[in-house]
Amino acid sequence: MTSPVLRSLLFTTLALPALAGADALGPERRAELETLLYQDCGSCHGMTLRGGLGPALPRDRMQGFSPEALTHIIRHGIPGSAMPSWKALLSEAEARWIADHLRTDNRLETLQRD
Amino acid sequence: MPLSLPMTRLLAAAGLALFTTGPAAAETATGSELRGTGDLGVVIERASGSVALVDTTRREVLRHVGGFGDLSHASVKFSRDARYAFVFGRDGGLTKLDLLTGEIAGRVIQSGNSIGGAISQDGRFVAVGNYEPGGVKVFDSETLALVADVPADYEKADGSIAQAKVVGVVDAPGNRFVFSLFEAGEIWTLDMSGDEPVLDKHRDVGQEPYDALISGNGRYYIAGLFGEDGMALLDLWHPEKGVERILPGYGRGEERLPVYKMPHLEGWAMAGDLAFFPAVGRHEVLVADSDNWSLVGRIPVQGQPIFVMSRPDERQVWVTFAHPDNGRVQVIDTQTLEVIETLEPGESILHKEFTPRGEHIWISARDSNQVVVYDTRTFEELARLPAESPSGIFFTHRAHQIGL
Repeated sequence: MTSPVLRSLLFTTLALPALAGADALGPERRAELETLLYQDCGSCHGMTLRGGLGPALPRDRMQGFSPEALTHIIRHGIPGSAMPSWKALLSEAEARWIADHLRTDNRLETLQRD
Repeated sequence: MPLSLPMTRLLAAAGLALFTTGPAAAETATGSELRGTGDLGVVIERASGSVALVDTTRREVLRHVGGFGDLSHASVKFSRDARYAFVFGRDGGLTKLDLLTGEIAGRVIQSGNSIGGAISQDGRFVAVGNYEPGGVKVFDSETLALVADVPADYEKADGSIAQAKVVGVVDAPGNRFVFSLFEAGEIWTLDMSGDEPVLDKHRDVGQEPYDALISGNGRYYIAGLFGEDGMALLDLWHPEKGVERILPGYGRGEERLPVYKMPHLEGWAMAGDLAFFPAVGRHEVLVADSDNWSLVGRIPVQGQPIFVMSRPDERQVWVTFAHPDNGRVQVIDTQTLEVIETLEPGESILHKEFTPRGEHIWISARDSNQVVVYDTRTFEELARLPAESPSGIFFTHRAHQIGL
């Protein structure tokens, strides 16, 4: 990983407490974000988050990332990949809500089958 | 050979007997009447894993059929007799739907994650393009038995072998399938005309082909490139010439916008000598001269185009858009190259389909749970049909068109 990305991650982490938390989002906006996640992120990650052009996003995999890192990926994308930056559409708090949702309320628990 | 008269009578009698004592009395999706399938179609209901079976003459939903698995990304091809729909689901499911009875006539889970497929020129084979594991599988269209398995193996920069995601699977004349390998930047043709499938590979076609189309006459296969501005063209009349890069650098070096959804290149937006393509990461429709594939115009539109489709008479091109501008549909006049109409059919417009001769268009509004039908000449709204999270709309006339 290049140092600008690291710097930016660090910045995000430091800047977060100054911003309104994800709890500040109203129920209506949260419902919109949930639709966005499963329907529009689902264009690439699959509506069930089992993957497509983009990787699968099961809860156990998402817990391998910090909420700050996921928020950063959502907001800034992954250069060199098809993952776009969503910062024009999602505030820090909104991206954080999606990151938290992916780690805790994610409808797809795991890809492992027993 | 002309039939002798007694034989004709015999056949007629047999047909009559079948009609009166056979399954005609049973309930069918289309009622009990004897009917054709030429004005039928299916609408994918992505959230519920079902499809709506529709009649485009009566403009109504005949029934909803479930049991297709994960249809979050799905597409449909039709059998040569236009009786069966082959539905390709995200979860690798390939399901054969009988349009007349409304029943599932076969289903296989053929991979972990698939993107779409094609049916061969002779109708015998259905090919499915897969993401996981990356490759193409070919099935017998009657029985859904596996006929060929083609892993999309390619060599990575470090020398190791991986399987690429397969995109843009189409049928081509000569009973061939053509498809592209996303990570590998390759275009392959699979010839199914002989006893054994024959594979031909074109390498270094460009960075990350994300989807492809084939011209209506089956000559040109064109893959859109995500990793660079431009498209890759294979002339199937002259495959020995290799793949040519067209529309290189169409963005003139401008930084492109974040791409929230990959454009789809299905179908062929053609009008006279002009071809219309979605620009990746730009609010533009690109216009190319199909004689030499040079860029002749960039039409400003209200969002990033996803589907750019021409009305069958080629007088109009209809455009749908990526999130967050996906509540509108725009219509381009192919003579003036200007947007002449902007419609707002509902929330989250995903797909559209013209009736066979283009007098109407059906448009799916996912978050409005509706399919909206318009007159394409007057832009008058004709009907709103209920469907659950509708996405792809596919009508049976595709059965008889190359590449559809």
